[in-house]
Amino acid sequence: MEKTNCKEDKNQGEPVISIQGLHKSFGALEVLKGIDLIVCKGENVAVLGKSGSGKSVLIKIIVGLLKPDRGSLKVLEKEVEALNGKELDELRLRIGFSFQSSALYDSMSVFQNLAFPLIMNVKHLAKKEVAEAVEEALEAVGLKDKAERMPAELSGGQRKRVGIARALILKPEIMLYDEPTAGLDPITSAEINELINEVQEKYNTSSIIITHDLTCAKNTCNRIVMLVEGKFLPSGKFEELFKTDNQQVKDFFSYNFIQ
Amino acid sequence: MIKGDTPKIIFSEQIDQYFMGVYSAYKFVIRFFKEVFVPPFHLRAIITQSYEIGVKSLALISVTGFIIGIVFTKQSRPSLEDFGAASWLPNLVGIAIIRALGPVLTALICAGKVGSSIGAELSSMKVTEQIEAMEVSAINPFKYLVVTRVVASTIMVPLLAMYCVFIGLIGSYINVHAGETTSFTTFFKDAFSSITFIDLSAATAKATVYGFTIGIIGCYKGYNATKGTHGVGKAANEAVVLAMFLVFLEEVIIVQVSNWVRYF
Ligand SMILES: Nc1ncnc2c1ncn2[C@@H]1O[C@H](COP(=O)(O)OP(=O)(O)OP(=O)(O)O)[C@@H](O)[C@H]1O
Ligand SMILES: [Mg+2]
Repeated sequence: MEKTNCKEDKNQGEPVISIQGLHKSFGALEVLKGIDLIVCKGENVAVLGKSGSGKSVLIKIIVGLLKPDRGSLKVLEKEVEALNGKELDELRLRIGFSFQSSALYDSMSVFQNLAFPLIMNVKHLAKKEVAEAVEEALEAVGLKDKAERMPAELSGGQRKRVGIARALILKPEIMLYDEPTAGLDPITSAEINELINEVQEKYNTSSIIITHDLTCAKNTCNRIVMLVEGKFLPSGKFEELFKTDNQQVKDFFSYNFIQ
Repeated sequence: MIKGDTPKIIFSEQIDQYFMGVYSAYKFVIRFFKEVFVPPFHLRAIITQSYEIGVKSLALISVTGFIIGIVFTKQSRPSLEDFGAASWLPNLVGIAIIRALGPVLTALICAGKVGSSIGAELSSMKVTEQIEAMEVSAINPFKYLVVTRVVASTIMVPLLAMYCVFIGLIGSYINVHAGETTSFTTFFKDAFSSITFIDLSAATAKATVYGFTIGIIGCYKGYNATKGTHGVGKAANEAVVLAMFLVFLEEVIIVQVSNWVRYF
């Protein structure tokens, strides 16, 4: 196996996310049991894992929506748990978060959804500048003509893309995508993959991409990790995962490659 | 292996949960007062919410206030006539509507209409992760959603109560006028003749407290909703029930206090 399936290794920049020994339980349910992960500048990392394995919980911990029980978590050189409200907000402005459920504000139009974080966070922005930024972000996800629609009038896939556009609007240094291509057709999925790559190249953004879609993982990520029973399997490249004798991983892959 | 903290049970599970609920509501109120005086104030959102709460309740309050005015006057008339005191009708109605009926009625209507809609709106934002989405965009959802709504309802409920009193008195006047040809000005002069400054301030203060209660209870229940559509219905329902209960409780307390002030 000489040929690498993944994009080239980018594991050289300085780390932007470093996680060590992270634990998280909900009551008696232990979800994360000692996660270690380092994401470097400009690197895209795919996180695979069964439904309910704690992938969404992991990225929610990274942005401080959930508190870990123990373990260390450093994002952009900052100890997330030690930050006060204002510092946490400053950090969050540098992170884009696209929700699994899209989480669009359903009382606002698509345009307002995208403009809201801009208007609230960037002072003294002219109306025209806001409109331009929104237009640019919508164009990137191919929904320029839907600006005046309400979220309830969009399809699931369109909502997902608006959610991604909203996460991108503040030009974050880190992007966290929660299943960006789930529920999308292959053509739109390919476009989203392209967008993820474009964001990475244009702004040197680092990303964590949670996905069940191996094509997406393969085409957008420099590295793949797999969450099994609360821990990451020691892993890296696509084919390394392929060779493992872990039954769960095998099942995961065999489903995707059924002829 | 660390297990999630299982809190110690002191009395019984239900009693403990009750006190924990009271404590978290208390913390919620404290947080409101901590954040309400610190910028940004989101004036535009406060205006939008005031419109939602105030203007959209006008029709309901007009109808209810008017009917209560008519009915109350109609029902009181025979008893007063028995004593040959029908001319005291405006006086009696004035006291009843301004001191008690107007503010309480308005509060109950708003608890039903405003409390449930705030509870449902915030809880559905909560279960669809919209509140978390605000947080990750570095927008303080407590400030943007809770503070604006509580401020708006604290301002609008007393205004609506004044309006309700006015409409109620007009309803009453129509009934009085049908019995004996009292003029509009005489009626209002009589209606306000036994009303003191203390009555007016107590009524306004009462309505303000009710407005705050309705807003904060709606927000508290919505903001702390549990996941799922079940959580949305539960939040809206509990917001109404708890707000109505507290309105009555506050009514009793404020009446006691204002009587005490009156005769001091
Ligand atoms: N707020 C919460 N309270 C209690 N339990 C939770 C909470 N959030 C998540 N969990 C539990 O943690 C586990 C992991 O959830 P998570 O949402 O991270 O799964 P996931 O890996 O993202 O799955 P999927 O691929 O289906 O999105 C689940 O068993 C879930 O029930
Ligand atoms: Mg998930």
